[in-house]
Amino acid sequence: MNAGTAGRMNARTAGRMNARTAGRIDARTAGRIDARGRRTAVAVLVAAGLAVTGLAVTGCSAGDGRATGSGGDGRVTGPVTVFAAASLTESFTRIGKDFEAANPGSRVTLNVAGSSALANQITQGAPADVFASAAPANMATVVEAGDADGTPSVFARNQLVIAVPGGNPKAVVGLADLTNPGVKVALCASQVPCGAAARTALDAAGVALTPVTLERDVKGALAKVKLGEVDAALVYRTDTRVASADVTGVEFPESARAVNDYPIVALKNAPNPDGARAFVAYVRSAPAQAVLAEAGFQAP
Amino acid sequence: MPAALLIPAGLGLLFLVLPLAGLLIRAPWTTLPERLTEPGALTALRLSVQTATLATALCLLLGVPLAWVLARVEFPGRRLVRALVTVPLVLPPVVGGVALLLVFGRRGLLGGWLDSTFGVTLPFTTTGVVLAEAFVAMPFLVIAVEGALRAADHRFEEAAATLGASRWTTFTHVTLPLVAPGLAAGAVLCWARALGEFGATITFAGNYPGRTQTMPLAVYLALETDLESAIVLSLVLLVVSVGILVALRDRWMTTA
Repeated sequence: MNAGTAGRMNARTAGRMNARTAGRIDARTAGRIDARGRRTAVAVLVAAGLAVTGLAVTGCSAGDGRATGSGGDGRVTGPVTVFAAASLTESFTRIGKDFEAANPGSRVTLNVAGSSALANQITQGAPADVFASAAPANMATVVEAGDADGTPSVFARNQLVIAVPGGNPKAVVGLADLTNPGVKVALCASQVPCGAAARTALDAAGVALTPVTLERDVKGALAKVKLGEVDAALVYRTDTRVASADVTGVEFPESARAVNDYPIVALKNAPNPDGARAFVAYVRSAPAQAVLAEAGFQAP
Repeated sequence: MPAALLIPAGLGLLFLVLPLAGLLIRAPWTTLPERLTEPGALTALRLSVQTATLATALCLLLGVPLAWVLARVEFPGRRLVRALVTVPLVLPPVVGGVALLLVFGRRGLLGGWLDSTFGVTLPFTTTGVVLAEAFVAMPFLVIAVEGALRAADHRFEEAAATLGASRWTTFTHVTLPLVAPGLAAGAVLCWARALGEFGATITFAGNYPGRTQTMPLAVYLALETDLESAIVLSLVLLVVSVGILVALRDRWMTTA
């Protein structure tokens, strides 16, 4: 079991347990044990057990029997689970809504994280329909594990910019400025795509930089800029677009040397294979490409 | 013994132990020695043990007096204070990290003043790691010690007072020894929680090898590229923590 998946599952189930079961058990036991004593307590325990099992069973049957496949008119229905790189959060949220509007009865669920964590979750058997990665390397992990249905295709490209707080207080205009004394820089860890790209760009510029932190994904690096804890971070151009006024993106020429290709693929063990293929096709269609372009992505 | 208790008890134990078995089964035993001696792993382990120990010390220093106040001093709003103490327990650690940034960060309520007056910045430092761990772990200590204080027999303290002991002497010579088992249990829980801390640490202190990258952070990032390496790191953390906990338990808790 992959720890990433475990964490996510924990969070989900814990949330559900808290809301439905745990609360109910607490309320009941607290209310009744005093009143009627041991037999009731046992009965409540059994009932609670049944409630938990019941939840699990419902969960399973919902998973197995969920309506998948195309409707008579070629439209797709049922849930489509999309594992998407963190940098796709905003654009895929919009594309997902547009997809739902174009396919009544469909529901797009996004699981957003670092591409490498997502690739790990998929190869460990997470029930996903589509994988959209921020780098070919993580897609290769999934393809090599035999989890891809068909060949991945590149649907967007992204470049790095230097994210600085609004107004650019440290007057950063290029990578070289990041080594100035008193400039704190956040990078992504080299294990995730934005970190690998940052490394490539810094090497291309011949800049030796010691960051104060190596963040787990691009949103983590951006958050440190937003909170004012660092003076600059290397993030994707698309991230500074959505971050609004408190963050400005400074373009730098070396980013052309570290362009990230974003591949997408339908997954072999997709619970909703028709939905998966339809979503991949939709991401490559004109309306979705327009959303991506508006977010700051370049066309493939 | 009623089956109605034994069966769920057994299931509960299985539920807790099976994931551990999963780690052991998937561990790459053949390459284990070379992975263990990788310098990155040992650096992260050393940092984890150091910061968790310092965080526990900080929790003892601040948490025991807090527990004493909660258990022994009548004041209006005590229930509210007690509830506030448990806030870090229910707060998602990542939110705790953001909250710490808003207070101790460069632009934070206290952090800005610390920076301009003393030139001290806490985020991205090892001290920041200790703070993040102490924030998340202190409730465990306070709750354990407060419980022990409430359960302790007041008459010993009253006897000490009638024999002329000052309040401070009573506290150090009568109260503390009385609650020693609870104190030890609380400290151990606190240490264990600090050792496993991830969310608040990576949010408040960031992640940099040798300075703020503790074992849980190293495990998370190893997971990004190399599942086996992540499993090895997790096992090391488990073995060290369980080893230390067992050793402490034998020394303190059984004699107390």
